[in-house]
Parts: sequence; C-alpha cells; structure tokens
Amino acid sequence: MSFFMIFRVALRALGRNKMRTALTMLGMIIGVGAVIIVVAIGRGAEEQITASVQAGGTNLITISAGNWNRGGVSHGMGSSPRLKAVDVEAIRQQVPGAQYLTASVNTRDQVIAAGENWQTRIEGTDVELPLIRFWDVELGTFFTSTDVSSAAKVAVLGSVVRDNLFGEGSDPVGQTIRVRNQSFKIIGVMTAKGSGSFGQDQDDTLFAPYTTVQRKLRGRDGTNISRIMVSARSADEIAGTTAQIEEVLRAQHGLIQGEENDFMVRTQDEMMSMLTSTTGTMTTLIIGIAVVSLIVGGIGIMNIMLVSVTERTREIGLRMAVGAKGQDVLWQFLVEAGALSLVGGLIGVGMGFAVSQALERSPLAWPTSVPPEWVGIAVGFSGLIGLVFGFYPAWKGAQLDPIESLRFE
Amino acid sequence: MASSISVQDLTKVYDLGEIQVRALRGVTVDIAAGEFVAVIGPSGSGKSTFMHILGCLDRPTQGRYLLDGHDVSTLSRNALADVRNKKIGFVFQGFNLLSRTTALDNVELPLLYNGNGMRGKERRRRAHDALNGVGLSDRAGHHPNQLSGGQQQRVAIARALINQPSILLADEPTGNLDSRTSVEVMGIFQKLNTERGITVLLITHEREIAEYGTRIITFRDGKIVSDKPNTVRRMAADEFAALPLDTDSDADSSVPAASTSVGALDLDLDLT
Ligand SMILES: Nc1ncnc2c1ncn2[C@@H]1O[C@H](COP(=O)(O)OP(=O)(O)O)[C@@H](O)[C@H]1O
Ligand SMILES: [Mg+2]
Repeated sequence: MSFFMIFRVALRALGRNKMRTALTMLGMIIGVGAVIIVVAIGRGAEEQITASVQAGGTNLITISAGNWNRGGVSHGMGSSPRLKAVDVEAIRQQVPGAQYLTASVNTRDQVIAAGENWQTRIEGTDVELPLIRFWDVELGTFFTSTDVSSAAKVAVLGSVVRDNLFGEGSDPVGQTIRVRNQSFKIIGVMTAKGSGSFGQDQDDTLFAPYTTVQRKLRGRDGTNISRIMVSARSADEIAGTTAQIEEVLRAQHGLIQGEENDFMVRTQDEMMSMLTSTTGTMTTLIIGIAVVSLIVGGIGIMNIMLVSVTERTREIGLRMAVGAKGQDVLWQFLVEAGALSLVGGLIGVGMGFAVSQALERSPLAWPTSVPPEWVGIAVGFSGLIGLVFGFYPAWKGAQLDPIESLRFE
Repeated sequence: MASSISVQDLTKVYDLGEIQVRALRGVTVDIAAGEFVAVIGPSGSGKSTFMHILGCLDRPTQGRYLLDGHDVSTLSRNALADVRNKKIGFVFQGFNLLSRTTALDNVELPLLYNGNGMRGKERRRRAHDALNGVGLSDRAGHHPNQLSGGQQQRVAIARALINQPSILLADEPTGNLDSRTSVEVMGIFQKLNTERGITVLLITHEREIAEYGTRIITFRDGKIVSDKPNTVRRMAADEFAALPLDTDSDADSSVPAASTSVGALDLDLDLT
C-alpha cells in the first residue's frame, strides 16, 4: 500500500471517531502548546535583554575595579585596588583596538531646581560617552574635554530628569541646578532612550564630567574611578582588545605573574550570558515538565490505539483475508497514531502561538518570540511520540491471526 | 485462469489446552480447475475449517495442500497473504464489509494490497466496473447499513472478484439471505463459473443450495463421507426468469434490471 493511501486510510479512521480523536489529541495539544508558550516567553525575554544590552552601546568592554572572583574586593594590607585616570590614559595610549573610552564615576543624589527636587543617578563621564552609547544630545551640547580637565560644574540632563525638574519637553539649557549645595549649569539634554539592561530608566540620569563628580560630589575617594568603558573598533576586535587591556592594566597595577587581576574586564557577550542564564535555567526546567506531559500524551495515544486495535479486530481480519500483510496492518495503525499526535502537535503549536500573542497584548505585555526551530522540534517530536507509543498497539494488530480475527465478536 | 486444488490427508487440530478439537481428520480430495463444488454437511463438521485452509487463511496441522501444483501448506504468513490477494476471492455468510465505508471503497480494498502500486483513479475505475458487474453501480457511495442483505452480499462478491481470482470460496453465502436473493447470488456464481471458468467452492448446510454446484462433497465429523457429481443441477438463471416479479419491499427490486432478469447480472467483468 502506498504511503499516501495509508495516510488517507488513517485520517479516515480518525475522522470516524471525532470525539475520541479530539480527546486523545488533547494531551499532545497541551504538551506541545506548553513547550511553545514557554519557549516563546523565554526567547522573548532573552531578546529584550539582548536589545537593551546592545542599546548600552555595541562592542562594549567594561572594566571595573576589584575582582569578585578573588573573594572580595580588598586585598593586601587594607588598600583596595582602584582604577585611576592614569589607567584610562594608559589604555588610550597602548591599546589601538580601543576606539572610544571613558572613565565613569557614579553616585546618587538629590538634584534641586526652581523649587522642584529629584533623586537621580549622577554619572560622571567623559566626552566620548555619546559615541560609545550611540546617544545623542537633543538640546544644547555635551561637555568638552576642557570642561573635564577643569572639572567644570556643568550638567547634561537625561530626559526624565528634565521632565521632572522643569516640566515635560521643556528646554532648561542655560538654567542652573543645585546638587549638594553647589550650582551646576545645564548645557544640554539627552534624547530619550528608554529602559536599560537592568530595568532602570537610562533617561533618569544626570551626566557631568567625571572629574567634577570625583572632586565635588564624592569627597571620600577623590581620585578613584568606578568603571572604564571602552568600545572596540569592531566585534572581531573585542577579544584582542580585551586581552590588550588586561595586559596594560596588569602592568599599570604592577601585578606579577601568577597574581590574579585586581580588576574585571567584561564584554557585552559576558554580560548578556550572565543576564540570560537564569531564563535559560527556567526554560530547561519547564521544557522538562513539557516533555513529561508529552510522554503522558503519548501513553494516552498508546491506550487509545490498543482499544482501537481490539475494536477493529474484525476489520484487521478482513483486511488480512483480502491480502493485507502484517506490515500493512502495522503501518496502518502506526500512521494513525503518528497522524493523531502530529495533528495534535500542529494544533498545539497553533495554540501556543495564539497564547503567546495574547500574553504579549495583554496588560502583562510579556515580550514573546516563537523561534521557528522550536516549532520544527515540537512538531517533529510530537510525530515521533505517536510513532513510538503507537508501535506496540500496531505491532499487536499485525500479529493477529486472520481467522481468529474474523471470528472475533 | 482457473486453479486446481489437491489436498491429501488434511488434518486440523485446535488445541484448546485441556481438550483438542479435531476439526479435520484426514481429508483427501482433488478439485479440477473450473469445477463448481458444493460442500455440504451439518454444523461443526469442519466445512469452514476446510475452506479456511483452502483459502490460505489457515494452515493445516498435517497433510499437504497443492494449489496449482505448488505446495502452499508450508508458506510463510506473507506469502499466504499474497496467494489470498491474487488467487482467491472470499464471500462470507456475514458479508464482512467494513461499516462506515462506502460500497466502492469496500470493493477497492483488495487492490490496496496487491503490491503493484495501482493509481487511485485506476483502482476506482476497476471498483466501479466490479460494482457494475453485480448491478450496483448506482450504490457506489452507499454504506453497508444503507444496503439490503442481498446488495451487501453483491458488494462482497464484487470485492472478491476485484483482483481477478481463479478461485472463489464462499462460506454459507446465502445463510443470511432470503430465497429470492439466494437465487440471485447463485446466479452470479454460476455465471462466474461458466463464463469465466472460475473454480467455485460453495459451502452450505442446505441441500437445495448445494444443488447449484456440479459436484457435491458431504462432510461429517471432519471427514468426507460422500463425493458425487450433481445429477440434478439447479440453474439460477432459469429459476430467476420464472420467479414472479418481486412484490415485497426488498430494496433489491430497486436495481432496475435485476427485477426483470438475471441478465442484469451480466458479468461484464472483463477486468483485464
Ligand atoms: N478457532 C477454533 N478454535 C477451536 N475450535 C474450533 C475453531 N474453529 C473451529 N473449531 C471447531 O472445529 C469444528 C469444525 O468447525 P467448522 O469448521 O467451523 O465447522 P462448520 O463450518 O462445518 O460448521 C467445530 O467443532 C468447531 O467448534
Ligand atoms: Mg461454518
């Protein structure tokens, strides 16, 4: 019998018992649907993280003081390893792969302007920040290297800070704000960018020269730098540049061979994998559960197929009487089981897709993304389950004796 | 294209654990190609068992069975399935049609297993021809439960003939039919036998039905007790012509030609 014929016979047999077929499929539908939904949510979250990490700047390498892997930041006789302006200069001079770089000193403080006040993140940075983060100034200008070297009290506001202090969409360039009782002149406002990688609002930031923040706002450790941000010339150069930076900083810090780094160099990829590793664990866990439910669905199929073979013993006997071989009967029931679970799987994919879409549009607004390869895996797996669990009933049918079957009541 | 049958000392024992049922106790018989043999005997005498073995549905416990000179008593399951598909047509007392399957699809069934990859269109054409041959072309789309007993048996006959078998085995084919439709079915058998030379083995427990054959073999307790040529052969065509026009509401009467003449059962079954 041709495969097409077997398939038609199988579909017709399934069509005869619609209720039973539907109920048997339900196991597969739920199993496959669950896989698709879980994967869609996981992938959606991952894509969102990726997008927001990339929004922070591409080919970004971040160097921070201290090394978590060394078991605590402090080492030696109480002196913590620090990053200094000379380190930034050394990288600028000695690492050709570093296209843009900036020192970064962060703090949080109250910002006061014309009777309004607002608690915000204050990022002390350097002139190349807009280039590193692909972030333009909307109004006014960013500060210059003269401002940095002279530790000028100038500020560039993130759009949220501007909105809260001066009113939405206003132009405060030229006005002054007060931080820690010192006045800063507003020279620019950044374009609105949206949420950053850690969920915080990137626009809720005030930028000032890092030298100013070091000296005027963070008295305690006046010359320290929290982070150095470097953007490599291209994605290909990230690895090489990272190695060079490490080498330069080890020399700067006088580390001898075998001694561990007293700083950390992280690339965007590492950040991303750190952020996505939890979603990955969740996905693995829930896929495990989904696989179990698919197996339960498979057992349901096996059960129904066993009933079906028994019910249709006379039909099997008759088919054998007119020339069907054991293998013909085997294929007939195998394809029936395969079709049952495959169609169930396809419906499950459709349902998973629909639910993902619904989640995205619901008030939850979960980002979802259904990866095509997972649709393939889910459908293929469901077909396979039908074949695996359908085999025993089909084999039983194939072993039947024609005469005994024809006499079966 | 007829087939000859030769069995020697055929024995069939059903082992039921505590007891052993000896359904056949040494049957020896030769049936030449083109014969119309009626097998008669009381219930339980081993007729069906005999037919199942001749039809390659079952294997004898002992003895030899030569079909067209080939020993088939030792063939594998698959080889027997091939013999059934290509050489043998079965007609059962209970029709054994697949319910919820149209007459046409029932007739087509053996073509699905003949292994020559016939196209669907060709299969349906042949099934239509076969249905036409038994006067049921207008019932092709009907399901068995929409057909009368006689019509169902004719569908079963069309199915038995679809692969152009050389032997037709019928186990009490008229057992569930009234006398009028029985004559009709016998007419089809006689026609197949005389016009196409198909070897017919008809099993029945009714003497009158056995008289349509050319030779009558009588079974008792798993043995042949008599084997004689039939001297008083009934001819269904003549009887049918003599029958009064059908007055009861048997759905068969709706087959236009069949109600007037057995000529309706023209076996234009040249399926070559
Ligand atoms: N599959 C079987 N298992 C056990 N006994 C059987 C089986 N088939 C037939 N028999 C027995 O074999 C004997 C002959 O049966 P069967 O050939 O059907 O007779 P008939 O067709 O002449 O009525 C009976 O006693 C019957 O009960
Ligand atoms: Mg019988």
